[in-house]
Amino acid sequence: MARAEAVEPRFQPGDRVAVRIAYPPGHVRTPYYVRGKAGVVERLCGVYGNPEELAYARPGLPRQPLYRVRFRQGDVWPDYGGRAGDTIDIEIFQHWLEPSP
Amino acid sequence: MTADHHDDDHGHSHEHESAHRHPPRADLDDTLTYYRAMEIALRELLIDKGVFTADDVRKQVEDMDRRNPAQGARVVAKAWVDPEYRKLLLHDGGEACVVAGLDRGPYKLVVVENTPDTYNVIVCTLCSCYPRWLLGLPPDWYKSRAYRSRVVREPRAVLREFGTEIPDDVAVRVHDSTADMRYLVLPQRPAGTEGWSEDRLAGLVSRDAMIGVSLPRRP
Amino acid sequence: MADHDASIDPRRAHHDMGGLPAGRVEAGEHDYALWEKRVDAMLILLSSRGLMTVDELRRNIEALGPDAYDRMTYYERWMHSVAQTMIQRGVVSLDELGRKIAEVEGRADGSR
Repeated sequence: MARAEAVEPRFQPGDRVAVRIAYPPGHVRTPYYVRGKAGVVERLCGVYGNPEELAYARPGLPRQPLYRVRFRQGDVWPDYGGRAGDTIDIEIFQHWLEPSP
Repeated sequence: MTADHHDDDHGHSHEHESAHRHPPRADLDDTLTYYRAMEIALRELLIDKGVFTADDVRKQVEDMDRRNPAQGARVVAKAWVDPEYRKLLLHDGGEACVVAGLDRGPYKLVVVENTPDTYNVIVCTLCSCYPRWLLGLPPDWYKSRAYRSRVVREPRAVLREFGTEIPDDVAVRVHDSTADMRYLVLPQRPAGTEGWSEDRLAGLVSRDAMIGVSLPRRP
Repeated sequence: MADHDASIDPRRAHHDMGGLPAGRVEAGEHDYALWEKRVDAMLILLSSRGLMTVDELRRNIEALGPDAYDRMTYYERWMHSVAQTMIQRGVVSLDELGRKIAEVEGRADGSR
């Protein structure tokens, strides 16, 4: 089956996004702690080979847009003990992101 | 800070069996563990097969040995004295490295700037991603279970363990280096350094300040 | 503690530790041994020759399982992973690697 070389970016800086809730049993680069959480796109980093494919010695296609997404720490940890303005920025591939209200 | 030399992935301390998990001894390279034997065996097989030469390995080791935090300190000091360079560094870290006479590096460099109301700290929770071409190899603690687990969850407490206290009115911004970016913190320039040369300023910039767990040294 | 259940969630891989409770950060470090630098060098040389990726390195480390992951040092995990990748890719066979390791261990004069 022919695969597209790269996926078009669908999000822009400022967009509110949520991380998909899924637990694939293998190599992923979306940390467990952020799945299901919502944040804001800080930037599009570029389009890169998919690590979930590269890890299995495959070409990493289709290449996926990679974003830095900024989360409020209070939204990530239910009992976060820092300040309201504290944030965490994480690089997340587009196929893990959905638009969030 | 403790003088512990563990490559510590445990949340608790206990007796370690293997000699190589303790502070380096003169005979460290003479202890033929299973993995040391594997390294020799695989290297020799790959050389025999023509994948690379012994010289290639030696040169790569030497290249990594040459890399140390002084390179990162140079771009920080340059940004402190030159506002246009600072803008370039924040916009296109790789290009800024090239302008400073350094390697662009194999990854895109994202430089995050400390300001009076924002303080940045870097981690790779999933493994140990680090801007090696600018800072050399990462310290053991950066790769440890304790740091990787806790700094995303309780950054202020972890910073406190490094002796760094962040006031309530300053936001702490953690960066988890999960994919193709690599990060460098651009610390705030210490007060009392007016008129200093780039070289002199670079001497204030520690590796830990560029990871974000410490402030730069004071004059 | 709320995290207690999360720490035994089978859906959380062992290396994916962000947010788990842990002890104090022990801010020490060690000088890298030559063999460790050589493992590092091999990874860089192999990936520049298209024979391995950092993604395979990570995946093979992650596949170690909790006990091995915790017990092994950083570069032991890398060494395991580079070897596994070379076998998976067919660059070396498991048999020849095993024979070579035995030969290395058997060298009475310690040449390496």
